[in-house]
Amino acid sequence: MNYELVIGLETHVELSTESKIFCSCGGHSAANEPNDCVCPACSGMPGMLPVMNKRVVELAVTAGLMLNCEISRYTTFDKKNYFYPDLPCAYQITQLNHPICTNGLVTLKTSQGPRDIRIKQIHMEEDAGKLVHSGNSSFVDFNRTSVPLIEIVTQPDFRSAEEVITYLGKLKNMFRSGGISECEEGAMRCDVNISVRPEGSSEFGVRTEIKNMSSFEAIEKAIKYEAQRHMDAIEFGTEELVQETRRFDDVSGKTFAMRNKETEADYRYFPDANLMPIVIDDEWLEAIKAAKPTAVDEKAEQYRESGISDKEIDMLLANNKILRLLDDTVALGCNMKDTAAYILTDCMGILRKAGKTIAELDVTAENLATVIKMVSDGKINRNAGKKVLIAMIEDGADPTEFCKANGLDKQVDSSAVEGIVDAVITNNPQAVEDFRNGKVKALQALFGACMKELKGAGDPTVIKALLEQKLK
Amino acid sequence: MNEYITKICETGNIAVDDTILVKDAAATAGSRILEGFKPLFSAEAVTRLHEKGYTVSGKTATGEFGLDLVGEFSYYAPQEGTLKGAAAELVANGEVKAALGVDMNGATRRAAALSGVDFLKPTYGTVSRYGVISCAASGEQLGVYAKNADGVKEIMEVIAGHDDKDGTSLPAESYDYSIADVKGKKVCIVKELLEKADDETKAKVNAFAETLKANGVTVETVSCDIFDLANTAWQILMCAETCNNVSRYDGVKYGHRAEKYRNIDELYVNSRTEGFNFLTKTVILYGSDVLSKNRYKDCYDKSLRVRRVVSEKMAEIFASFDAVLTPVCSKTSYESYDMNEAFIKVFEESVFTCVPNLIGSPALVTSGVQLMGKNFSESTLLSLADVVERMGE
Repeated sequence: MNYELVIGLETHVELSTESKIFCSCGGHSAANEPNDCVCPACSGMPGMLPVMNKRVVELAVTAGLMLNCEISRYTTFDKKNYFYPDLPCAYQITQLNHPICTNGLVTLKTSQGPRDIRIKQIHMEEDAGKLVHSGNSSFVDFNRTSVPLIEIVTQPDFRSAEEVITYLGKLKNMFRSGGISECEEGAMRCDVNISVRPEGSSEFGVRTEIKNMSSFEAIEKAIKYEAQRHMDAIEFGTEELVQETRRFDDVSGKTFAMRNKETEADYRYFPDANLMPIVIDDEWLEAIKAAKPTAVDEKAEQYRESGISDKEIDMLLANNKILRLLDDTVALGCNMKDTAAYILTDCMGILRKAGKTIAELDVTAENLATVIKMVSDGKINRNAGKKVLIAMIEDGADPTEFCKANGLDKQVDSSAVEGIVDAVITNNPQAVEDFRNGKVKALQALFGACMKELKGAGDPTVIKALLEQKLK
Repeated sequence: MNEYITKICETGNIAVDDTILVKDAAATAGSRILEGFKPLFSAEAVTRLHEKGYTVSGKTATGEFGLDLVGEFSYYAPQEGTLKGAAAELVANGEVKAALGVDMNGATRRAAALSGVDFLKPTYGTVSRYGVISCAASGEQLGVYAKNADGVKEIMEVIAGHDDKDGTSLPAESYDYSIADVKGKKVCIVKELLEKADDETKAKVNAFAETLKANGVTVETVSCDIFDLANTAWQILMCAETCNNVSRYDGVKYGHRAEKYRNIDELYVNSRTEGFNFLTKTVILYGSDVLSKNRYKDCYDKSLRVRRVVSEKMAEIFASFDAVLTPVCSKTSYESYDMNEAFIKVFEESVFTCVPNLIGSPALVTSGVQLMGKNFSESTLLSLADVVERMGE
């Protein structure tokens, strides 16, 4: 019998905000020591009250707009109760009754053609801290508590692991390029709800939930393992399927049922009286819409239109850093296709040779734009441009100063170039003779002599044209 | 009776209940679970008073989390014999000019009535709750004990107004507490509430009404039967929110930790078993129950609906009257009793005090009676109190 997989996803994404969701603690990802980034509020001391971080609302709404959601004009917070040492208040502030976004839709490109995935809702919530175990003792680290998250819940619309991975990749690209989340390791975590049914059936099978996975590889493996386990159970009666929560073990590649105690809790949700309902009026919504970065799909289209290849577009979209460098440099008035070439060919090449990673690329859009403009304005030639880039990437040089120090920026007007070309012709009678006798290589020698005189400045095409013209 | 848990300054003129934080002074909310806890900052109201030159004399005893009648079940200063509120007594004796307390389930208002001082439970959102050891966030409000309406006015003008650190704080920077002429004001007495009090208390309410009449205020008796319903709803919300807010006291981070435990579950259970008194445990269990999956809709959710109904009923009354005159307690004094009876005793007495907590409206205790008004009507309530207080001088 053929079976169909039915999968729904709950994805937690850490938002890129300067401070936590309900207090002003910032910089948790840079904190070196446990509890470096905590205050009385996010460590659950009495007397402290949560105060809403407006930026979280704006990023959640932006994410909702990107996923074609309806934006709630009235949204509220609820408390979810459970005891765990990494949860300082013994409740998590989340949204149950009035989530910020609902009813969205994402279209995926898959090998089977386009697939629509319905988004049930997006809600805002706070993260918990973590436990550090050492010998017989356990310690709590509250650096992560109250870090803002959004949870994106889909309808059970996925039919394969491939679709799930495509969806997650799309979210990742979208959120990175949109400044919603850096989506770094661990900043995107997934719960997968999965069931299996005979192909053509409209009823759902027994559903299991695999909790808290953060790598795409693990998610794919877990889905494949779990689907096979369900099919074996249905087909061969290997075991009786029960609705339960499971965890995926990376080492064995298998899923295991979690203890009931961990899963059958009554969280006693109820409204949080400390946070007033948030009303999103027309004015605010329009401001968020206006500030919304171009969606990945639209962005890719813009790049394609400017003549950037599909392969290059994929490279750009896969890394938010170079994507931003491109957008920012173009915003400073540089040509899109040229800029992409400077970044993907020159910069990447220089990085590779220097044994550096993209993360170590320390070039500002302003400096890159300066180099590109110097070349396009003919102030320096393309080769000199590359020299400047190398100095910028390897030594952190400033392009203008570097040109000055190395004489690359010498203003060469055409009469000066002409004078030098004339002088070279006068001083190299043998080479001129050879060229006129048909030795094409002799022109190269004359050209080299000109470049030497000009110390690398001057436009090579102009010089070549001048030489050819004068030798005719 | 030992009023102070911690004495801070001999010449201080403001006492602060132990449910409110004063930087570096132990803050326990009367509970063993917070034994040894010292806050890193002061409540916003305390800071504002400091800025205006007032000094905190010390932290006054409260019942554990303010859940009892008047403060009889403090872990640190349990009471015997005739019960009194510590902060109210200090104000009555003239030892301090005023005191701050948290009005949550009526304890502060009852204490004021028994000691014969004023206590204002302000409109919700007008005084910052930053630095209040929170129990029932949706209805608790920091209030002021003072010898008379003038004293309340003086302190309210300092502490009220918007605070960024409290998400429930209203935007206005200040409010009207002025004392004005009351001639022509209309006050009503609710028959159903008055009937719940003993003869001595009824006589107090009637005497207050007579003095108002002598000053040109109209007083009428009306019928309104929502108070028992309002009380049940408030007890449900209060227990649920308190259960949730005291969950953070788990022995892990600060306060009391049991000496004996073998794992994290025992650390929680033993610390909380030792740290909370019987009344708090009752509230926790009751609150936990009304929030459980099977009961939520019939208890918590329904109480939220009742809150709206009560709000509408009171708005009808306030459309015709400037204030409602009621008893504060069913009798004029309480004697010590067994804690096992506390939950029901407090529940019964809260019928007089619950409405302002439930709907966020202001209430003023004065001359042993209570005046309830609509939101932001503090000026009217203080003016009515003032005219009676002056007659008694």
